[in-house]
Amino acid sequence: MPERPDSPPLLGDYAIEVRSKNAGPFWVTMETFMRDSAGYAIAADEAFLNEDVIADLYKVDAALVQIYRIPALNVVKISFPRPVTQAGLRDRDIHAGQHHVPLAALRVPERHLTDDGGAEPRP
Amino acid sequence: MPPSTEGPAQVGVLAPSGMLGAGFAPETIERGLALGPDVIAVDGGSTDSGPHYLGTGIAKTTEAAVSRDLRILLKAAATADIPLIVGSCGTSGTDSGVDWVAGIAERVMAEEGLTLKVARIYSEQEAAQLKEELGAGRVHALAPHGPLQPETLESCTHIVGMMGHEPFVEAIREGAQVVLAGRATDTALAAAVPLMLGMPAGPTWHAAKIVECGGQCTTDPRLGGVFATIDHDGFVIEPLDATNVCTPMSVAAHMLYETANPYRMREPAGTLDVSDATYSALDDRRVRVEGSRFEPADQHTIKLEGARVTGYETVSFSGIRDPYIAAGIDRWAALLRVILTERVSQTLGLTDDDYGLDIRLYGHNAILEDIDPDPGPPKEVGVMLLVNAPTQATATAVAKVANPLMLHLPLPEMPYLPSFAFATSPAEIERGAAYEFVLNHVVDVDAPTSMFRIHHTREVSRA
Repeated sequence: MPERPDSPPLLGDYAIEVRSKNAGPFWVTMETFMRDSAGYAIAADEAFLNEDVIADLYKVDAALVQIYRIPALNVVKISFPRPVTQAGLRDRDIHAGQHHVPLAALRVPERHLTDDGGAEPRP
Repeated sequence: MPPSTEGPAQVGVLAPSGMLGAGFAPETIERGLALGPDVIAVDGGSTDSGPHYLGTGIAKTTEAAVSRDLRILLKAAATADIPLIVGSCGTSGTDSGVDWVAGIAERVMAEEGLTLKVARIYSEQEAAQLKEELGAGRVHALAPHGPLQPETLESCTHIVGMMGHEPFVEAIREGAQVVLAGRATDTALAAAVPLMLGMPAGPTWHAAKIVECGGQCTTDPRLGGVFATIDHDGFVIEPLDATNVCTPMSVAAHMLYETANPYRMREPAGTLDVSDATYSALDDRRVRVEGSRFEPADQHTIKLEGARVTGYETVSFSGIRDPYIAAGIDRWAALLRVILTERVSQTLGLTDDDYGLDIRLYGHNAILEDIDPDPGPPKEVGVMLLVNAPTQATATAVAKVANPLMLHLPLPEMPYLPSFAFATSPAEIERGAAYEFVLNHVVDVDAPTSMFRIHHTREVSRA
């Protein structure tokens, strides 16, 4: 990720990798592999990242969004039905491999930036 | 399967790569053989690249790549006298895909002087038979789909059922040394021999899931496949390449890959549950996994996959570098759509319902469009026009009507005609039929093998 000295920290700045992929032809799944437990605390913050936020971000039905918080791996995993049919006329991402970008670009809330011992964004 | 009292204490599975034809270093197979495998298992397909492969019955991989991998694996299986299992042959697992891989295997064996007994397992399904199952209430939708309509079955060019481990076990028990199967769950190919030899279902299915993408569960997937050793209490996973490493993290993280739910995975015979699985480092490159459970299902089910034609497509691609138009690219694209629609109506007499078109602005927001977090003004835009129509001729006619616009369309306030940069001549590229997946349903079956047909090569003689 390029340097953005004046920009507010984004979720992706605290992650080793944020990725997305098809989970079969009808679902898409994403994972945020956070760098450490402090980064995980941001991603797992239910007030920051929840079904409604994902529904807004990806224009999908919140009731169909599944979120798995996995502290042992510092991972938050998110799955929802594919918004467009795979390989249909409107599908611009056959493997859903670039759909992590809006998630990675979420602005980290202030409260996670001011806490002592909080996460440090990628230098 | 009842626990065997005379079976082996452990069973080894050599997983050379995530897909037949993807390639691997021959040394990794030699090293795998040195670890004493009981089976070599490799996947030949996936739905991940789209419905075209199932729709046409043509493979994504090229023959030379499949032949190269098969040559190494057939020789390895013959040397070690262990079964070689290939699942989802020809990418989609159609009957034509199985026959295609079988033909390649036959030529390789003839060239190498190998006389292995080959079984083909066909998984393609007849719409008429499935309509009877549907009528009998034995077909059920999986989320997010609704109930299946009989017309949907009839509209498919190909339908396959995903087999579990049972047809593989049957083929091997009947004497097959090489099993080339149609559509199968990614895990079934690696699970078949361990289950046949009495290994418990929990560790077996979990190990099979971990090895299904070859080296994906290692810290460097580029270095080749993995080896799983399954025993009565768990399994050990290690990379084939001596310099590659599995860590508890890399192995556990693989349960996330291409799965909607990372804890529970449905197979035809039941559900793998890894909620309580523990991953521990045996040393600096091997990981032991324990605590995996398998819950047998009350009803054995076979998942269906089907693809149908949505129309015929033609693509046209032009480039815009002019800073003024690039800065107003959204206005330009909206204008293109309006004028193109009018011109198609005037010249071809088609309404919006007669065809579909998608205008994608690569370099601007083609991939994410309205959910793009940063749709800043682009420096250069690739304008891709994709037309879908009931015939190829109509799709191409629409793209040809678009041609002068994709070459010269100015913004309304411009006093001159710009010219843009077509990428190819002619600009129109005919894509042929376009397909979509339409089935996301399972069928209740009485016997796990009933929907699949096993054909042994004539040479098979049972001792």
